[in-house]
Amino acid sequence: MSFGYRATAVAALLAVFGAPAMADELFYVSGATGAAVENFKKYVAPWEAQTGHTVTMVPMPSSTTDQFAQYRLWLAAGSTDIDVYQTDVIWAPQLAEQFVDLTEAAKDVAGNHFPSIIESQTVGGKLVALPIFTDAPALYYRKDLLEKYGVAVPKTWDELTAAAQTIQDGEKAANPDFWGFVWQGNAYEGLTCDALEWVKSFGGGQIVEPDGTISINNEKAAKAIETAKGWVGTISPEGILSYQEEEARGVWQTGNAAFMRNWPYAYALGNGDDSKVKGLFGVTTLPAGSADEKSAATLGGWNVAVSKYSEHQEAAISLALWLSGPEVQKMRALNETNLPTIVSLYDDAEIAEKAPIIPQWKDVFLNAVPRPSAPTLTKYSEVSAKFFNAVHETLAGNGSAADNLAALEADLTDLKGDGWK
Amino acid sequence: MTSPTHSARDAGLSLQQQRQRAAFWFLAPMVVALFCVAAWPLLRTIWFSFTDTSMDNLYGGKWVGFDNYLRVQELPSGAWRFKGTLADPAWWNAVWNTVRFAFVSVILETFFGLMVALVLNAEFKGRGWVRAAILIPWAIPTIVSAKMWSWMLNDQYGIINVILLNLGLIEKKIAWTASLDTAMAAVLIVDIWKTTPFMALLCLAGLQMVPRDIYEAAKLDGIHPVRVFFKVTLPLIRPAVAVAVIFRMLDALRIFDLVYVLTPDSSATKTMSVISRQNLFEYNNFAYGAAQSTLLFAILAIFVSLYIWLGRVDLTGEAK
Repeated sequence: MSFGYRATAVAALLAVFGAPAMADELFYVSGATGAAVENFKKYVAPWEAQTGHTVTMVPMPSSTTDQFAQYRLWLAAGSTDIDVYQTDVIWAPQLAEQFVDLTEAAKDVAGNHFPSIIESQTVGGKLVALPIFTDAPALYYRKDLLEKYGVAVPKTWDELTAAAQTIQDGEKAANPDFWGFVWQGNAYEGLTCDALEWVKSFGGGQIVEPDGTISINNEKAAKAIETAKGWVGTISPEGILSYQEEEARGVWQTGNAAFMRNWPYAYALGNGDDSKVKGLFGVTTLPAGSADEKSAATLGGWNVAVSKYSEHQEAAISLALWLSGPEVQKMRALNETNLPTIVSLYDDAEIAEKAPIIPQWKDVFLNAVPRPSAPTLTKYSEVSAKFFNAVHETLAGNGSAADNLAALEADLTDLKGDGWK
Repeated sequence: MTSPTHSARDAGLSLQQQRQRAAFWFLAPMVVALFCVAAWPLLRTIWFSFTDTSMDNLYGGKWVGFDNYLRVQELPSGAWRFKGTLADPAWWNAVWNTVRFAFVSVILETFFGLMVALVLNAEFKGRGWVRAAILIPWAIPTIVSAKMWSWMLNDQYGIINVILLNLGLIEKKIAWTASLDTAMAAVLIVDIWKTTPFMALLCLAGLQMVPRDIYEAAKLDGIHPVRVFFKVTLPLIRPAVAVAVIFRMLDALRIFDLVYVLTPDSSATKTMSVISRQNLFEYNNFAYGAAQSTLLFAILAIFVSLYIWLGRVDLTGEAK
């Protein structure tokens, strides 16, 4: 009865306002770190109001390795459940086949983004995904503690080690849970990022060079990893070997660490009202291997891609354009200190005032090292896994860095065969 | 049953034949369902393992014979070596991890399960409540309990470390899931906590089948309770325990979720299921992962056949 009533009412409304374009219900899948879920609702509200479509976020574990396997499974099965995927900067070559070409849809806006980022998402002339934010890690340090112990902001890894040790020795008496330096040591994609930074900043190359040569087996790389091994159990807890970003942030934000390596998202969260380190910390570039070497930051960043199997492609493309557009990127910059990919936002006065890390970070990410996803193509996940496993074994004390890297080189050569494909 | 004077008798079928025919029709839907959800995926996986299928092109694989299992690779230098799953040290590491995990966990779970079952078999007040309560760990989904334990075992905030530290049993906090020495122990602790109730329940079912008068007879003869346990209880519940061990063994050999959540990608705990999933979905080695899944199936089949044969376990329920 009431159903009939309602149907009549809807029919009457349609008659009055004219039939609107079909309102689609979209599903957006993304890993969730920090306050991602709450924020996403805010970002899409204007788009929903404008278009009449609705979008639901499906939160996934924050580990990019976990996400990738799941997405790959859905896409291989041609699942129509998810319309828009939030994709890591490294996935484009591996998933290119499964996403819609956005070249045409984004032809007017692609020029607003940094060309290198658009290029990283272009595979064989096909624009696989649109960037929503970019990422380059920072060294977070406690200003108050550096001052208390009269230590300068470290420029090299050795200085960092010494500074962390001094502060830890001093603080440990009052707080047994205090540690000098926290980072990401779990065996997952994040360790590839951390370790690439150590290796690169010691002048040890970038695992696989852009021309496809395997360069990882060298003395500088071994020295870099041995240096990191020296931290485990001294300035970093032994449990660091199971830490991802959020575990590191947990220790840091409860005031139990002097230094942290993390992505810019931790900046806004660290200055939140529930944070014990609010206003007490600064950020700088990661240390270098020695005074002659340059600091290195791994290029991160996230994009949105439209599934080839989506049944609402038009609406999905519109959502992708909205999420990568200047309004959302600015909101993300202010809320989550995510670095924009749109050039003009780096001159935005409001961003400069409320999230000073962002303009400061422009040069860092412009010089960031990409992970070798472009040269290794569909083999990237395996290359990365072999690399982070070799590093993880070394950190856990299973073999020396030199031995593990030699074995890694043999494995990678094998994987490469007669060329990456 | 329905009037036998009609069609069936006219067709000259005996009662036995009619019953067989009826049974066939009753079983048919089940057989079809089992074929679709069990046999077909299994056959398909075995088929994939003999092809070069990749995730990007599930239907375009070409037959490559046993290459995913074992092949000879010639190196540019002219030397040669074995390749494939059967020559992959990572695979054998996973096999060893799985077997070690399965044996230790099943033995301990059987032991603790039997203890718990003996206690629960005794008459005491509130027994029903205790029996229900003890099943809670088993009822919690593995993902939830694994996450819960991963917090409790966390090196910095974990309650396990706090308790052990305050009791003076350890000197500094242990990184349970991160350290290669303790990762397997952590997985075992959680699995035993979770699965002992299941074992206890199956053992208890066996215990309750034991006729009471045997115990009364033993009591009248003044036999020591320990002797009664070994001479009377254990032989009588042996079939029930044997079946429980098979179930657990099957489960333990294909363990995935607990390891995946608690210690992802740690070489000390990576099991056959974890490594084959990784090759199937994470890396671009779908066919290789299928070969590993097939081997996992074969190993499971061998284990169970051996156990049934050695233990002469009666699974048909027609014991004499």
